[in-house]
Formats: sequence, C-alpha cells, structure tokens
Amino acid sequence: MMNWLTAEHLALVFGGLTALSILLYAILDGYDLGVGITLPMGNEAWRDTAIASIGPFWDANETWLVLAVGLLLVAFPAAHSAILHALYLPTAMLLIGLILRGVAFDFRAKVKTQRKVYWDYTFKVGSLLATFSQGFMLGIYVMGLQYHTGSIIFACFSGLCVTAAYAMIGNAWLIGKTSGELQLHAIKHCKIAGVLTLSGILAVSLINPMVNANVLQVWTEPPLAYFFAAIPLLCFAMFVIGYLALKRLPLPKDAGAWLPFAICNVIFISSFIGLALSFYPFVVPNQMTLYQAASSRESLLIIFFGAVVVIPVIAAYTAVAYYAFRGKADGLKYY
Amino acid sequence: MLDTLILSRIQFAANISFHILFPTITIALGWLLFYFKLRFDFSKHPVWMRAYRFWVKVFALTFALGVVSGITMSFQFGTNWPGFMETIGNIAGPLLAYEILTAFFLEATMLGIMLFGFHKVPRWAHTLATFLVALGTTFSAFWILVLNSWMQTPAGFEMRDGVVHATDWLAIIFNPSFPYRFMHMLLASALTVCFLVAGISAYRLLRGDNKKAPKLTLKTALFTAAILAPTQALVGDFHGLNTLEHQPQKIAAMEGIWHTEKGAPLVLFAIPDAETQQNRFAIQIPKLASLILTHDADGELKGLNEFVGEHPPVAPVFYSFRVMVGIGMLMLLVAWWSSIKLVRHKTLTPLHLKVLIGMTFSGWIATLAGWYVTEIGRQPYLVYGLLKTRDAVTTVPSEHVALTLGLYLVLYAVLLVLYIKTLFWLAKRAVEVEEYDLTMPGLPENAPATDKATGASA
Ligand code: HDD
Ligand code: HEM
Ligand code: HEM
Repeated sequence: MMNWLTAEHLALVFGGLTALSILLYAILDGYDLGVGITLPMGNEAWRDTAIASIGPFWDANETWLVLAVGLLLVAFPAAHSAILHALYLPTAMLLIGLILRGVAFDFRAKVKTQRKVYWDYTFKVGSLLATFSQGFMLGIYVMGLQYHTGSIIFACFSGLCVTAAYAMIGNAWLIGKTSGELQLHAIKHCKIAGVLTLSGILAVSLINPMVNANVLQVWTEPPLAYFFAAIPLLCFAMFVIGYLALKRLPLPKDAGAWLPFAICNVIFISSFIGLALSFYPFVVPNQMTLYQAASSRESLLIIFFGAVVVIPVIAAYTAVAYYAFRGKADGLKYY
Repeated sequence: MLDTLILSRIQFAANISFHILFPTITIALGWLLFYFKLRFDFSKHPVWMRAYRFWVKVFALTFALGVVSGITMSFQFGTNWPGFMETIGNIAGPLLAYEILTAFFLEATMLGIMLFGFHKVPRWAHTLATFLVALGTTFSAFWILVLNSWMQTPAGFEMRDGVVHATDWLAIIFNPSFPYRFMHMLLASALTVCFLVAGISAYRLLRGDNKKAPKLTLKTALFTAAILAPTQALVGDFHGLNTLEHQPQKIAAMEGIWHTEKGAPLVLFAIPDAETQQNRFAIQIPKLASLILTHDADGELKGLNEFVGEHPPVAPVFYSFRVMVGIGMLMLLVAWWSSIKLVRHKTLTPLHLKVLIGMTFSGWIATLAGWYVTEIGRQPYLVYGLLKTRDAVTTVPSEHVALTLGLYLVLYAVLLVLYIKTLFWLAKRAVEVEEYDLTMPGLPENAPATDKATGASA
C-alpha cells in the first residue's frame, strides 16, 4: 500500500506536521497567553474585555500543544522521551502555569465579585509561568539539552524573550479586538514588547551559531545561504514596518487595526522557520535526526490518512468559529 | 526515600484520578445540556433555558478543569513512562492521535460557540454546537477507552524485536473487553451526572428556591437514574464475566478467592490477609460467587494460588470493588425510592433532600473505585501479559519526581476544594438571582417574567 511513500518521506512529513503544530500553537496560544501576561490589573472593565476577546478561542488554541506533543510522541517516540526527560522540571512548571491560567479563566466568572481580582492575578501569573517555561525549554533545547551555568543563563534569557514575543502578539491581538482607551493601552504595550522581542531575537541569532557549529554552517554556506538570508531580512523588515504602523495607529474607522497582528504572524513564522532550518535534520540537537527517531511505517501511515482527512475539517470549523466571533470583543457575553 | 518507580506510579495515579473526575461529568452533562436546549427550541418554554443556563456554567467550569488536567496527562507518558511508548507506541500512538484529531479539536472549538455564541450565531447553530460538544466528549471517551481496553486485553498485534506492531486495526479497536468498558464508563458518567444534578437541585430546593427549574432538573435526574442504575449493574455483571475469561487473577483478587475452589462463596465483607492467604472476619453467602460467575452453584473458580508472582495486590482491588458495587446498590435504592415518592407526592421531604445532597458526589467515588479495580487489578502488568509496569518507568531522578508530585498534589487539593465550593456557591446564587434575562433572542414576546408564574407541564 502506498509504496511511493517511503519511511523517509513519512519521517519528513511528520517532522513537518509536528513543526507546523508547534508554530500554530506559538501563534494561537501565543496571543492568548500574551493577553494574560499583559492583563491590565488597574482596570476591571478592561480586563473583562481583554479576557472576553480570547474566551471563545483559548481552549482550541491550547489543543495545538496537545497535538504537537502527541505527534512528537507518536511519530518520534525516542526523541519525545529524550526531550521530555531532559526538560522534566520545566515541563512541570509549564503545566502548572497552564493549569492555573486555564482554571482562573473560568473561576473568575463564577466566584463572588470580591474574589474575582485574585483569579485575575492567578490568570496573569499562570500565563507568565507558562510563557517563561516555554522560553526556558526552548533555550535548553537550543543549547543541546545540556544543563550548565551558561546554558541556564541563556535559557532564562530565552524565557524572557519568548515572554516578550507573546506579550507583543497578545497586544497586537487586542489592538484588533478592542477600541478606545484599551486599544491605546495595547498599542503602547505592543511597542514596548516589540522592542524587547527584537533585541531578544538579535541576541539569540548571534549566540546560536556560536554554540552550534552546524548552525553557523547552515547560514553561511553558499549557495543556500543566499536564499536563507531572506528570512532574517524579512523578519527585521517586519519589525520596522510594525513600529511605523504602531506610531500611526489608531486611524479613523479603525483602519489597519489588524495590521500589527498580521505583522506579528510574519515575525513568528519567519523566526520559526529560521530556527527549524538551523536544526534540520535533527529533532534532538546534535543527537538524533528525524529519520533515526521515526516510528513504524504502518502506524505512521494510519495517522497520515486520518490527518489528511481531518485537518481540513478542523481548519474549516475553526474558520467558522473565527467568523462567528469577528469584530470587537466588547459585546461578548458569557452564557 | 521512595524510588522513581513508586513515585511515578503515585503521580500517574494522582493525575489520572484528578483528571477523570471532570470527564466523568462533562461526558454525560454535555448530552443533558443538549436535551435541555432541544426542549427549549421546541417548546420555547423559559424553564428549559433556565435549566440550561445554570448547568452550562457548571459544564464550563468542569470542562476547563478537564482540559488543563488532560494536558498534564498527555505529557505524562513521555515524562514518566518512556517505556510505554517505546514498546506499544505503534498501537497507542494512532489511537491517541485519532483522539486529538477527531475529539479534542471538535469539543474545544465548539465549546467557544456554545459558551459565547448565544447572541452571535443562529439558534440552530448554537444547538448544533451543543450537540457537537457532547459528541466530542463521547468520541474522546471512545478512543481513550479503546486504548485502555487494549492494555487490558491486547489483540490484533504481533511482537517484533520487543516492539508491538499492529496487524489488524479492527481487532485492536474492538478488542475483547472494549464494548463492556465503554458501556460501563458511559453509564458511570451518566449516573454521576444524575446524582450531581439531583444533589445540587436538592440543595437549591432546601434553601427555599421555589422556581420551577430545580424541581424539573431534580425530577429528570432521578427518573433517569432509576433506569440507569439497574442497567449499570447488569452491564457490570457482563463486564465481570468478560474479565473472568481474560484476566482470571483480577477476578480472584476482586472476590478474595485465595485458593481454587468449587462452589466459591460470595464474600460480602472481609479483611484479606496477604500473609496467611486468607480472609479474616469474612461475611459470605455460600456458593453465590460461583453461581454468578459460572452460572453453576458448584462451578470452579481459579484462586490466587495459581498465579504466584503474577497477581495484583489483593486488598486495594478487593475493597475498591466493594465500594463501587456498594455505591451502585445505594444509587439504585435511592433513585427508586425518590422516583416513587416523586410520582406519588410530587415533592420530597427535607430529610429526603438532605440524603440527595449527601449523594451529590457519590458517582465520583464509585467511578474512581471502579478504575482502581481495573488498573490495580492489572498489576504487575502495564499492558496485560506484554509489559510490566516497572519496565516502562523513566530514569528521571526520584527527587525530581517527588518535587513535581508534591506540587501537583497541593494544586489538585486546592482546586478540588474550590471546585466543589464554587458549585454550591453557584447554586446558592441561583436561589436569589433569576437565571435569566428576558431580552434573550428566540423567546416569545409574552414570556412569563419569572418561573413561578408558569404552570406549563415542564
Ligand atoms: C472516559 C473518559 C476519559 C479518560 C479515561 C481520559 N480522558 Fe482526557 N478527556 C476526556 C475524557 C477522558 C474528555 C471528556 O474529552 C475531556 C474532559 C473534559 C474535557 O475538556 O475533555 C478530556 C480532556 C483531555 C485533554 C484536553 C483536551 C482539550 O484540549 O480539549 C487531554 C490532553 C486529555 N484529556 C488527555 C487524556 C489522557 C492522556 C488520558 C489517559 C491516560 C485521558 N485523557 C483519560
Ligand atoms: C480514567 C480513569 C483512570 C484511573 C482512575 C486510573 C487509575 C490508575 C491507577 C490507580 C494506576 C496505578 C496502579 C498501580 O500502579 O498500582 C494506574 C496505572 C496506569 N494507568 Fe490508569 N487509570 C485510568 C485510566 C487510564 C487510561 C485511560 C490509560 C491509558 C490510556 C491509563 C494508563 C495507565 C498507565 C500507563 C498506568 C501505569 C502507571 C502505573 O502503573 O502507575 N489509565 N491508573
Ligand atoms: C452495581 C453493580 C456494578 C457491578 C457489578 C460492576 C462491575 C464492574 C466490573 C466487573 C468492573 C471491571 C473491572 C475490570 O475487569 O477491569 C468494573 C469497572 C468499573 N466500574 Fe463498575 N460495576 C458496578 C457499578 C458501578 C457504578 C455504579 C459505577 C459508577 C458510577 C461504576 C464504575 C466503574 C468504572 C469507571 C470502572 C472502570 C472502567 C472499566 O473497566 O469499565 N461501576 N465494574
């Protein structure tokens, strides 16, 4: 059955699918985590609107994480064990962060009014814990899953950068979803987070090739390096355009309110492709390639067929949901 | 210091025990909400909407807890049981992947529409979303129970180089114990929800809520339970026969049969003693176990003596089984007694309501007890006959596991207390506040302003 689809092809396809769901997770849960991180504690009405803007989506967004981990588990079990083994404690921190924010979301709408603000703090702290842990995990991963003073400092730094990036995309989402004072607030914070993110990306792009010899090779060896150079250029151009756009917003009739979010998407995608290219073909840096880690061909085929049928359906009903909740979030009520 | 194996076992058991509390509610509550919504759509009677509005809040909170604890579960295989995936990944992988693709995305996306979309989408679309959420949770139970049943009664595979390879997917999915487990779990979920709804509604009535919605939900829950409780006992009986065929040592542990015997008695209560291989203080009915399990009063039942080193610890399995069946019987009695009272007198006495409040979370206890029978009863195996639990465990240092276990336990304890308190707080608030606003679309103009005024046959 399907002989042209060899084990190598399948490993590549599943590597691609796993990468895609990590990227989708980073963008989608990224914006709702970002809203959590920068939740304006001073103003309850703003908090209600900000949280209503992500209410209908956060659960489905988080499911991309489940899919990413699931695909890694299913398609590359050995890599999954190696990575999660090395990241045991940060993973637990991530999970605790996600638990805290996930429940805060719902408790805040149910408890006595005086208690609501505590849940809002829980939401914020949980979001911060989750984003910092993700950045930390990414940092340790980039450092080849090793723990030593240098790698831990780098991982903490990476934790801050990822937090900044999520704050940036979260505020960009709010710019699109809100109006008035809250929108102005989001524009201001989007700018600050953008600057922090840019410095972070620059620093990581310098450090990564210094510690990983083959990364340096990928980015400097012609002729591919010429093509690859387009990726960082695109990313940096987006920061510039984004900054200029933010200075002009808000515009009459709310024109361009979604531009920052679109730009953040391009920044996320290009940074992610940059990272993925740096490590290809390794799933566990310098230790295990996609092809070594892949599981049995028959089992991957079964999942492959399922995915080909189901993913378009998921995309379709996700689109329906985003369409149903288009427009500003002020009017969203919880039933 | 405890070792990584035992700590990982405790951690896994704690996490899944916490997780299963919430699916047990959402699976059946989703269908109940769909029923309320349908009744409302067809009758336009506001009482159905009030019932929906109250219980959808409970659903949302429960679902959130189910999702976050579920995400923890999906990391556990990798963090604590790497040997599990390395050995049976070719089977477990596709099943978990199908669960994510067909169930998790569906329920998570539709939940957004169900909770926030009331004013945003047409009424039929909202009803459809409610239906799809219920369907999603049921799909999810389907796939995860396929996997769990396969771990109990593996089929449709071959071993190559110590790794399991799939040979027949239909045999894998419909493995011998799957139909029983799936039915039994769905019924467990339904019964749990019946007693939850009855308990919370009774609480509202006892606090003087004279609206129609809590009376209606009380009645719906108790009548349903009266039908489902005996069904569950029947399914449980078939389930036991199936287990006798495939895992005789589990039955021996459940029934406390230390030595193979003909005409084995049914042990109602005893203290199983592993040292002396005997039951102490046994209260038993002669020959009944043989009669139930072999349909012959003198039938032979295999004892634990035939499975030295291969059988589970007896006491936890033995006690858990009695807790489950005991609660099952109690549910049957209470559901019938209450239904008869309701049919005859239309109302229940305060004492009766208090009994129902006491049973609010009885379904949780029975469900957990049932899972402990199943899972501890499978030990020392993780996958029956194929993989021992101790061969699958991680090499993460035990201090790390101890640390995360401690954190999880504290977090879970706090969340569980808050969850239960919030349910009763919601109920208390519903007594005072009218769960309803009349500007809601889809209602007739002259809809009655409060529940009390309505005399409709709801
Ligand atoms: C019989 C039912 C059942 C059982 C035994 C389990 N689950 Fe579960 N799970 C559900 C029934 C369910 C559900 C009804 O579908 C949930 C509960 C509430 C919810 O949101 O979905 C859910 C949620 C849920 C989620 C979040 C899904 C989302 O984002 O929407 C994950 C990742 C898991 N589960 C994973 C697991 C794993 C790895 C399990 C076993 C080892 C497991 N569950 C046992
Ligand atoms: C949902 C209700 C469930 C409960 C309450 C439950 C409970 C438990 C308990 C108490 C143990 C520990 C047994 C022991 O070590 O003595 C255990 C083990 C285990 N169960 Fe379950 N289980 C459930 C469902 C599942 C499902 C659906 C799966 C997989 C698909 C699963 C996979 C495992 C695994 C991998 C272990 C091994 C770890 C261990 O032995 O501790 N369980 N479970
Ligand atoms: C009243 C009579 C009942 C009988 C005879 C019965 C019987 C059984 C048996 C034989 C098992 C299987 C153990 C195994 O082979 O692995 C089981 C498991 C279980 N029981 Fe029951 N049961 C009863 C009531 C209940 C009730 C009232 C609930 C919950 C509300 C419940 C929930 C469960 C669950 C969740 C499991 C584990 C999942 C599974 O393996 O299906 N049971 N039961």
